[in-house]
Amino acid sequence: MTAKEKIKAIEEIARKLRQHIIQMTCAAASGHPGGSLSAADIIAVLYFHQLRHDPKNPTWADRDRFVMSKGHAAPVLYAALAEAGYFSVDYLKTLRKLGSSLQGHIDMLSLPGIEMSTGSLGQGLSAANGMALAGRLDKKDYHVYCLMGDGECHEGQIWEAAMTSFHYKLDNLTAIVDHNKYQIDGKIEDIKNIQPFADKWTAFGWHVIQCNGHKVEDLTKAFEKAKRVKRQPTVIIADTVKGKGVSFMEEKPLDYHGKAPTKEEEQRALQQLCRIEAPKK
Amino acid sequence: MSKKEIATRDVYGQTLLELGKENPNIVVLDADLACSTKTAMFGKAFPNRFFDMGIAEQDMISTAAGLAACGKIAFASTFAVFGSGRAWDQVRMMAAYTRLNVKIVVTHGGITTGEDGASHQANEDIAIMRAIPNMTVIVPTDGVQTASVIREAANFYGPMYIRLSRGKTPVVYENGCEFKVGKGTILKEGTDLTIIACGIMVEKALNAADALKKENVNCRVIDMPTIKPIDKELIIKCAEETGAIVTAEEHSIIGGLGGAVAEVIVENCVVPMARVGVRDTFGESGKPEELLVKYGLTESEIMAAVRHVLARKK
Ligand SMILES: Cc1ncc(C[n+]2csc(CCOP(=O)(O)OP(=O)(O)O)c2C)c(N)n1
Repeated sequence: MTAKEKIKAIEEIARKLRQHIIQMTCAAASGHPGGSLSAADIIAVLYFHQLRHDPKNPTWADRDRFVMSKGHAAPVLYAALAEAGYFSVDYLKTLRKLGSSLQGHIDMLSLPGIEMSTGSLGQGLSAANGMALAGRLDKKDYHVYCLMGDGECHEGQIWEAAMTSFHYKLDNLTAIVDHNKYQIDGKIEDIKNIQPFADKWTAFGWHVIQCNGHKVEDLTKAFEKAKRVKRQPTVIIADTVKGKGVSFMEEKPLDYHGKAPTKEEEQRALQQLCRIEAPKK
Repeated sequence: MSKKEIATRDVYGQTLLELGKENPNIVVLDADLACSTKTAMFGKAFPNRFFDMGIAEQDMISTAAGLAACGKIAFASTFAVFGSGRAWDQVRMMAAYTRLNVKIVVTHGGITTGEDGASHQANEDIAIMRAIPNMTVIVPTDGVQTASVIREAANFYGPMYIRLSRGKTPVVYENGCEFKVGKGTILKEGTDLTIIACGIMVEKALNAADALKKENVNCRVIDMPTIKPIDKELIIKCAEETGAIVTAEEHSIIGGLGGAVAEVIVENCVVPMARVGVRDTFGESGKPEELLVKYGLTESEIMAAVRHVLARKK
């Protein structure tokens, strides 16, 4: 595969992830489509390009670790794990149903391929630090990734953790912020401004990379650059759009943070996303 | 009676040091209290496996979870108020829900923290830790038992909350102690009533039982270091055989040992019962001995509770 073809293939996967997100949340009649869609390209690049992992051997000691700190974006991670082969794509429709392993927020004990349980925002980066420290102790060369929301960065623990990553010079860790500018109650700049955002990370001693979080090529380059940074943790601030790929969600991100699409909305969204046939029910 | 006294936190530090030599998988985290919690001893011997997380208890617990997720046995220490309260959500989400091998070993539990006052006196920690699924909650009785508890913690898979004291505590187990999770021990036989105690109150319960003999009251005394899972069989047996129960703990009467015992009694074998503990109030500054008296954590308070319960038994 040429580099161009590879990028095309990842874009295709991201599109599939978005379709799954819409279908899963619609079938569950609940869940978080907005922040899942904004992270779809990041997750596609991670699981189909960047991460060293083996769906046939989810507990492989040398695998890279991924912590989804914004645990409400579970649908995009479940979609990626299914597409990667950790479990069947068909299982996705059990999201949030009684007895399903696809819990509303991520539960590491119920599903292979999940490294940490999340859902209470602000905790993932600390756990990722712990994994990076363990990797160093065990002299393993795995890399740890952690995806956070930008609203999530209101949480004080993120900054406690940011100091920890810096203090221990965790260059085997890359944080990514899905910078979609929205939280639940409104625009972040209106609710509680996090700016100057990049400067904050820089001030905390991090190497900062800013990129377009919907451009596969930008993302792959950012991840490659991040891995080359030594003796310092790196954060990739990925510029994204909440609800990306579905016009009416992009237009009204506040309406689709934690609200699933209706049947009718599902059809409209799928038409935009895939030009595939509507699911047979 | 001049009994030997040992600080449980000193034993913790010493035992961690020994465990560190035996097991390279053990890591220790602290939150700027390593000299007080005694983890500094481990830190000095094994700097690579020791992480002082600074004044960041929430970060400490989630980091410990990350280390545990990669196969480490993570001991995380701070004062009881902060380990249970400040980081409660982190303990719930990342240590307990995940069932990871995180041992939260806290010192300065209870009112005997003393001069630092109410902000530093954890009287609710057992209740809030006990409410979390998957958690094992232990209050060691003395220094001898603490060594056994810490060793057991390293062998036992899963999250644990272990509560130690600031001050020196009288040795109850002069002839050694083999601690088993979930098991209480009959320290003194008796037929009229059972006193079930934990932590520093065990020795006071023994003293109270001795004194009550002069009143022709024959108390059984149980040491109950594991608050969760509570030794249900032993509690029911004692309720059936002695027909009355008094609990004694250095903790609020709400939700701690007294609460756990009451839950068993009410659902299995209703007998008169009383709880000795802090009566739903905050503490204050003072010497530990003064505070124990003021807040009703004494031999005479246990004796009064025994008399009261026995009156109801008749
Ligand atoms: C500690 C905590 N507080 C509140 C919530 C409820 N909550 C879920 S998502 C969310 C907003 C998250 O915003 P952001 O991090 O920007 O995520 P995104 O917009 O990417 O979905 C909130 C407040 C939570 N899950 N955890």
